[in-house]
Amino acid sequence: MRWYYKLPLRLQSIFRKNRAEQDLSEELQFHLQAQIDEYVAQGMNPNEARHVALRSLGGIEQAKEQCRDARKVNVIEHFLQDVRFGLRMLRRSPGFSVLAMLCLTLGIGANAAVFSWIEGILFRPYPAVVHQERLVAIGGTARDEPRGAPLSWPDFQDLQRNCALCETLFVSKITGTTLSIGDRAERTTGSIVSANYFDAIGVPPMLGRGFLPGEDQGQGAHPVVVISYQLWQRRFRSDPQIVGTAQRLNGVVHTIVGVAPQGFYGTFVGWGMNFWVPASMEDLFESGGYKLEDRGARWIEAYARLKPGVTLAQAQQEFAAISGRLEADYPATNRGRAIRFWPLWQTPFNNAGTLLPTLEIMLAVVAFVLLIACANVGNLLLMRSFARRHEMSVRVALGAGRARLWKQLFTEGLVLSLFGAAGGLLVAYWCRYALVLLFPARGGVQMHLPGEIDWRVLALSAGICLATTLLLGLVPALQAGKIDLAQSMKMESAGVVGGRGRARVRSGLVLLQVSLSFVLLVGAGLLMQSLLKVRAASPGFNARVVQNTAIDLVSAGYTPERAQNFQDALLERVRALPGVESAAFARMTPLSYVSSASAPLVVDGYQPPPEESPTVDYNEVGDNYFVTMGIPLVAGREFTRADDENNALVTVVNETMGQRYWQGRSPLGERLQLNGRWMQVVGIAKDSKYSSVREKPTPFFFVPLRQNSLRGSVLNIRTPLAPETMATAIAREVHAIDANVAPYELITMQEQLDRSTSAQMVAVTLVGILGSLALVLAAIGLYGVMSYAVSQSTRELGLRMALGAGASDLLRLVLSRGLALTGAGVLLGAATALLLTRLLGNLLYKVSPRDPVAFGCAFAVMALVSITACLLPAWRAARTDPMHALRAE
Amino acid sequence: MPKPTDLVQGTLDLLILKTLALQAMHGWGIAQRIRQVSKDVLQVNQGALYPALHRLEQQGWIRAKWGESENNRRAKFYSLTPDGVKYLRQEQAQWKRLSLAIELVLDTP
Repeated sequence: MRWYYKLPLRLQSIFRKNRAEQDLSEELQFHLQAQIDEYVAQGMNPNEARHVALRSLGGIEQAKEQCRDARKVNVIEHFLQDVRFGLRMLRRSPGFSVLAMLCLTLGIGANAAVFSWIEGILFRPYPAVVHQERLVAIGGTARDEPRGAPLSWPDFQDLQRNCALCETLFVSKITGTTLSIGDRAERTTGSIVSANYFDAIGVPPMLGRGFLPGEDQGQGAHPVVVISYQLWQRRFRSDPQIVGTAQRLNGVVHTIVGVAPQGFYGTFVGWGMNFWVPASMEDLFESGGYKLEDRGARWIEAYARLKPGVTLAQAQQEFAAISGRLEADYPATNRGRAIRFWPLWQTPFNNAGTLLPTLEIMLAVVAFVLLIACANVGNLLLMRSFARRHEMSVRVALGAGRARLWKQLFTEGLVLSLFGAAGGLLVAYWCRYALVLLFPARGGVQMHLPGEIDWRVLALSAGICLATTLLLGLVPALQAGKIDLAQSMKMESAGVVGGRGRARVRSGLVLLQVSLSFVLLVGAGLLMQSLLKVRAASPGFNARVVQNTAIDLVSAGYTPERAQNFQDALLERVRALPGVESAAFARMTPLSYVSSASAPLVVDGYQPPPEESPTVDYNEVGDNYFVTMGIPLVAGREFTRADDENNALVTVVNETMGQRYWQGRSPLGERLQLNGRWMQVVGIAKDSKYSSVREKPTPFFFVPLRQNSLRGSVLNIRTPLAPETMATAIAREVHAIDANVAPYELITMQEQLDRSTSAQMVAVTLVGILGSLALVLAAIGLYGVMSYAVSQSTRELGLRMALGAGASDLLRLVLSRGLALTGAGVLLGAATALLLTRLLGNLLYKVSPRDPVAFGCAFAVMALVSITACLLPAWRAARTDPMHALRAE
Repeated sequence: MPKPTDLVQGTLDLLILKTLALQAMHGWGIAQRIRQVSKDVLQVNQGALYPALHRLEQQGWIRAKWGESENNRRAKFYSLTPDGVKYLRQEQAQWKRLSLAIELVLDTP
């Protein structure tokens, strides 16, 4: 039980220091006295005896210090001393402290915020879900679709049955509906899931139950729904009796069987889910009919949790084997297709994939910002270490060891960076939800992209804090290591920037700042240009004069016949509105999140190669659609009112599709088969953009709404009027037909286009904000160095003036030194940027990573900023009063 | 008086513990006792004595208590803790083995 003796001693050393000190000195005193007595007894005179006794002890203070060392009091004592001293130093120069802490707060805060986003969006996106580290996202691949196509339900079930390395597999496919509760209707997002969903993710509903086995089978057989905690609270006033009540979804009465627990937002990165329905209700929420028994209909998004200890490579192999068997068993639907998975952060079907490149770049950007901030603080510390040179020399002269000085300097750095880290974590905490603000709300549904500050983020931030401490302590420590007693007792007179030693270190730091911020400027410039190019890219339709809105009649409980009548009546009224050139219904808006329907095709006269099963996306559109959208027809005609259920089935294909499947022949008059029905090609449309502005020319075709599903709820209107005017007019017309129905938000297609490029917008905004931050920090650094240099060389400046230099000469002298520094920084930065901008890769659209415009702009901005930063010190130099300057020193 | 032999590194601890095994004693007394018992061969470096005592106390082998010295002065008396007794036994055995080994080597013709 040695601790029984040790513990009180340690505690006494720390908390009862005076008592311990007193004991020590009394003990030594006793020894001394005993020794003296003995010497006196041997016949020495008392004075001599005292001398000899002291000598044999080796000095009383030295003995004490050795005892303190032996008790390990010093380690703690010195540390506390250093902390106290560090705090006192900070208090003594508040200007320095505030500036330094602000720089570090920004630097560390930016890092912590990005870490928390990466954690909350890419690595652990689903807070309540268990064992996310083993979760993977499953998708299909095809020859021309290497990146994550959806799966079909039968394929998923086969995978579920045969996957031995998976602990569980589940489906979670995003969908949406209009919820009408009481008199308020709102658009909301939800998921179509497999029956095992809540068990698989380990999130039992808070009230009621999850889905029962088998509830995901049979067309429309199980109209049950689990709602989110948020929805329950907001729209059902936290009604404890909610389970068992009825709620109409897309016109069908569903029974609410459960309420998900608080803090669970579903399994989709980007939006919070508010309701979950079993897959049996699929055709109510999805277009394209009942698909649970159709292996060719690919629509689901799924996840798997691997068994513990299974490596990704093993599991990937098993997936390949299973999909290989499926391909052999079902060549008609699965030829050339495979099933594989991605880690969560690469999930191809939600916003993780969209944000991944941006967040990757952000990691580099915030590291740059941190470096720049550190360089700034390092510069401030250097400036201060010059002022403290005397203190250090005195301490060395009094016998302080080099190690002791270093310990103190690092402790001071630690104090600074701890403040910075605390501030940084606050910044990160405030910025948790900031990413959402950069995305526009769509149709009233707010995105959900929370940052997550967990122990991993905290640990990383602590690591950054430690690294910062080392960097910060290093600069003054190197200086302290060079203290030369003889030298430092003499006065040192510095020249204008570029002198020896300290000045060179400081210039080096500024050089680093300038070059790093130049790289960021170039990056921001490239992204900006790419955004402009994307926005200016022609979508293949007339985005400026087309506006669109939607009227969800299915959710309002309309039967197909009544919906048809409503749409006919509305179309007639809208077309009659003054200023409306034309109008047409469609199922899907291009570039919106609603995905196109896709189905396997049979093309008359086209023999697909053995590894391909043709699948093409299509849209269901009403009469006058092409005129309204401004999509030119190359040949043939567009759909008319007459293309209805009573007439021959027709279709319009785009140019790329015509070229791919009819190879040189004109597709006009040819036939293709969709969902078992043959239709004739009556027109060829020019290519346009369907799901992304950045997509390559894609095969695509159109079928008339009246001959297919009646789910077309998007109303496109071609008009030169302002959208606000149009919105009120449309709302009035809709109300005139049915007062219980309201149209959605009305926006121009241009707005739609801008929203579809919001990921780019986010990248530009983030890099822009941090780039300007870096620029400001660099400007402060440059200003600091130049004005310090000027203040330290008043004597030299005064001398120059006395010898006949004019004010403008001095101005030029200082400015040119400052600009030389900038110039060197820019050169270094440009070289770095040439190497690094290639990393922007995917984020750039039709912009070369070496784009001269971006480099030129960055150069111009940098030059402007550095001239501004140097101007004040230069002006001060020019106003040097030679008499005053020479007398002062 | 012959020049006192410098103590081998680490043996001071052993000597202190052994001295304290007989009775509780203050620092000065320990130094005296070692000198007397070794017949003036071993002279404890006083500068090293107190740090050693404090280190041993810190490690829990000995404990300190204030008491009265022979000539009625307040002095800090050190004594072995039960752990210290065990430790001493161990170290003593170790030391015997070591000195035996050295002897063997030196006695080889």
